[in-house]
Amino acid sequence: MTERTIAVDYLARVEGEGALKVRIQDDRVEEVELKIFEPPRFFEAFLRGRSYSEAPDITARICGICPVAYQMSSCHAMERALGMTVDGPVRELRRLLYCGEWIESHVLHIYLLHAPDFLGYPDAIRMAKDYPEAVQHGLALKKVGNSLMTLLGGREIHPINVRVGGFYRAPTVAELRAFRPELEGAMRLAEETVRFAADLDFPEIEEDYEFVSLRHEHEYPLNEGDIVSSKGIRVPNDRWDDVFEEQQVPHSHALHSVRKGGGSYLVGPLARFALNRDRLTPRADKLARDVGLSSPERNPYRSIVVRAIEVVYAIEEALRIIDGYHRPEHPSLEPPTLRGPSTGGATTEAPRGILHHRYRLGAGGLIEDAKIVAPTSQNQKRIEDDLRHLVERSLELDEASLTDACERAIRNHDPCISCATHFLKLDLRRE
Amino acid sequence: MPPAAKPKLGVFKFASCDGCQLSVLDCEDELLAIAGAVDVADFREASKAVLEGPYDLSLVEGSVTTAHDVERIKEIRAQSKALVTIGACATSGGIQALRNFADVEEYRRVVYARPEFIATLATSTAIADHVKVDFELRGCPISKFQLLEAIGAFLGGRAPNLPTESVCIECKRRGNVCVLVAHGTPCLGPVTQAGCGAICPAFNRGCYGCFGPQATPNTSSLIQELKTLGMAPPAVQRLFRTFNANAPAFKAASEAATAEAVAP
Repeated sequence: MTERTIAVDYLARVEGEGALKVRIQDDRVEEVELKIFEPPRFFEAFLRGRSYSEAPDITARICGICPVAYQMSSCHAMERALGMTVDGPVRELRRLLYCGEWIESHVLHIYLLHAPDFLGYPDAIRMAKDYPEAVQHGLALKKVGNSLMTLLGGREIHPINVRVGGFYRAPTVAELRAFRPELEGAMRLAEETVRFAADLDFPEIEEDYEFVSLRHEHEYPLNEGDIVSSKGIRVPNDRWDDVFEEQQVPHSHALHSVRKGGGSYLVGPLARFALNRDRLTPRADKLARDVGLSSPERNPYRSIVVRAIEVVYAIEEALRIIDGYHRPEHPSLEPPTLRGPSTGGATTEAPRGILHHRYRLGAGGLIEDAKIVAPTSQNQKRIEDDLRHLVERSLELDEASLTDACERAIRNHDPCISCATHFLKLDLRRE
Repeated sequence: MPPAAKPKLGVFKFASCDGCQLSVLDCEDELLAIAGAVDVADFREASKAVLEGPYDLSLVEGSVTTAHDVERIKEIRAQSKALVTIGACATSGGIQALRNFADVEEYRRVVYARPEFIATLATSTAIADHVKVDFELRGCPISKFQLLEAIGAFLGGRAPNLPTESVCIECKRRGNVCVLVAHGTPCLGPVTQAGCGAICPAFNRGCYGCFGPQATPNTSSLIQELKTLGMAPPAVQRLFRTFNANAPAFKAASEAATAEAVAP
């Protein structure tokens, strides 16, 4: 009997701190653990007693890579609790801000975190010596996403302009129009990015994912839509709890999100693309066809191409919003006074998948209970499944190559471990 | 001529959101120039390649919240010629320092079904509470322009040239209308250190203090003003208890905000 253990103490090029452990006995994979050792920060605990109006700024600090996602999910959840609906140009501005975050976050992952895996470099800086043009294009494109967030949100990390009900200040038509040339330049770079990503070498792997994303009546989903899956789930946007639950798994001590009754699922670009391809713009859809993406695309390595397609979509959507923009009379709806206790939940599409918030508000609009389910906690179990399959078919690889392959398989899903509002520290093991 | 050895840069993470180290990668126009001027020796968010210390310059993000991290920051300090903290978590303990005002055992039970598996300290503290820090960059997040100035200064062997005045000065310079005086909007600008560019008042909202207290903040005067505007004492307390809740001047102000309410 032989036993092999693969241990990666520190996953590089993911946001946050994680590690990996795989135990192989004879030729069987006995145990796969994606470990999270991000120290707990207790957001759900200290949100209690804070005003509903503070949630967007506070929850943004869960993740410096996708703060807008936290601002959006918390605003929508609070608005549901308060019984208000934001519409018109303010709704469009929220979509525009989210487009900026998608561009910034996706391009960061494509060029700086993911591409080095395919081209064989430890990082994008060293990759830039041989691929200067690609890295420069990536940085230029990422900058456009950041500039859009700064224009609308005041700064790119933890924007300051978002509030329950809308914004503190709405941009003028002229301010947004002036940004058009930058977006047009970005479109050219984004199309090049699709081709750059599609020309990488992909392992020929297909996984049988249950894809989960939002699905909106006529838009590619960002802020709104039902929660749907490729295996038949369909529930309203605020009813995440109806179909999913968080479990503490004894072997790993980690909180995983699973379908009620068991089973992992996948959120993020592959899932959105699988369930909403008909909502892409014609240009984005044609590019996807030109570079040979499947419908649905089940190869996790090709998520880099899907991210690039979503960047094209986000730029087109930003241009559409800017062209149709009228400055609203008020940048925000005034939230009504809360008469009694109320609960509100909302789910939006963070760059790496659906992000669910639910709050119970009490007297004076103070938060009594908060629940936040981040995309990476939903993907964690599914990533472990990917790893198990990878190791099973790669047993002949030497230690270093197998370790490398496992790290790559994790980075396919752009895990954001800082979003670990309630991941557990896993290095405590009890015999 | 053989190339001179480049200074080694380390970027280290403690409890945080990753936003401040992301600011390094957000220097899109300067990133390749920085990479040309230093050897990126340890920056796990960006690279798999890890070079051994010692490091000429270490940037440290995040606060100390575990026993293991108490030891880790000492090791990093021992390996670092200069150590610069980046952001509110590293400089004051961050939003997660709200536990310092609460019962962490209760927090554990609220968030985790199996609290016994959670290793955490009762407090979230600044890096400077544990080791000597050569320079602190404020902000939640930091300003990337301040970051570039600090990196340039340390590599050039000079002190960073960064303001310690209040946000009010930046507001005047930017030509903002004072939201506190003109609109009656609660604003921490008068007691908060400059560096952000007075973004919040420029967007018609009050400053929420993410750069932490300025050198000589008159918080008691501001507390009176906020109460005159009609803010209830608990709301004033919450205003001081966000991303720099554990910074001494804001901590004292948050306590004073409600203490005065019960005074005769």
